[in-house]
Amino acid sequence: MTYRAHIRVVPRAGLLDPQGQAVEHALTALGFPEAQNVRVGKAIEVQVKAATRGEAEARVRQMCEKLLANPVTEDFLVDIEG
Amino acid sequence: MKRVAVVRFPGSNCDFDALYSAQRAGSESYFVWHRDTDLQQPDVVILPGGFSYGDYLRSGAIARFSPIMEAVQRFAAGGGPVLGICNGFQIMCEAHLLPGALMRNARLTYASRPVNLRIERTDTPFTCAYQAGQVITLPVAHGEGRYVADEKTLAELEVTGRIVVRYVAPDGGAAGVEDNPNGSINEIAGICNAEGNVVGLMPHPDRMTDPALGLTEGLGFFECRVLSK
Repeated sequence: MTYRAHIRVVPRAGLLDPQGQAVEHALTALGFPEAQNVRVGKAIEVQVKAATRGEAEARVRQMCEKLLANPVTEDFLVDIEG
Repeated sequence: MKRVAVVRFPGSNCDFDALYSAQRAGSESYFVWHRDTDLQQPDVVILPGGFSYGDYLRSGAIARFSPIMEAVQRFAAGGGPVLGICNGFQIMCEAHLLPGALMRNARLTYASRPVNLRIERTDTPFTCAYQAGQVITLPVAHGEGRYVADEKTLAELEVTGRIVVRYVAPDGGAAGVEDNPNGSINEIAGICNAEGNVVGLMPHPDRMTDPALGLTEGLGFFECRVLSK
């Protein structure tokens, strides 16, 4: 089976995110004062071949731990589609 | 004559500065390509500054898996002196040669200017030419140099004296907001591993080694020697 993994990598809670702050200021200036706690991360999509959905998720989590996210500064979320 | 290997990654751009600085300090220096697997019996290894792999994903994240890095890891584990400058420091953190990580500068600016640094530790192969507490000026040039580490790691670094250089005020006193170019925690500009043979720093000693460019205060980093334990 081929699955599509949607990975979100976000700065760890509590760590200063200057990009998020800058975006928040811009949103406020544009008339969206309700926008708060903006965090900027990245989205990564990976197509994976695996026997089961569970196997696909386990492999993608390994990818995140080894390369796609830095555990010192980032958290990651994995959604498997298909 | 001491042999200094300078590792070049695609996107390294301070490789010649490191090569030249090592020569000015009296060493024989040579390039090693990132796809090589042999460091060619160096006495010292330098990971230079630049933007390896275009800083894609995270600074240093992809370079750490370059074939040459296994040899660098072995060399470091055997006590060999390894210096990481700027992107080299970022690669070292990604490769777990040093703890912590370097994040986007706190004020979103690309910091490119001289900074004042205090030499906190002189018993590393790269800082033994300096006096403890000596204040020197070196340039920084980075967008992602804000050092972070978890509280436990930070406490360990402080207690065991592993902060090698710190951003300070011009007179050597505590850094004000303007003196810390990136918002690094505890004004950390450079650290070393537990053994002291692996040193990484964000400022560029390689850009201050020729009188034609003004100061030569960075030259001490290249007068490195293997210290007896």
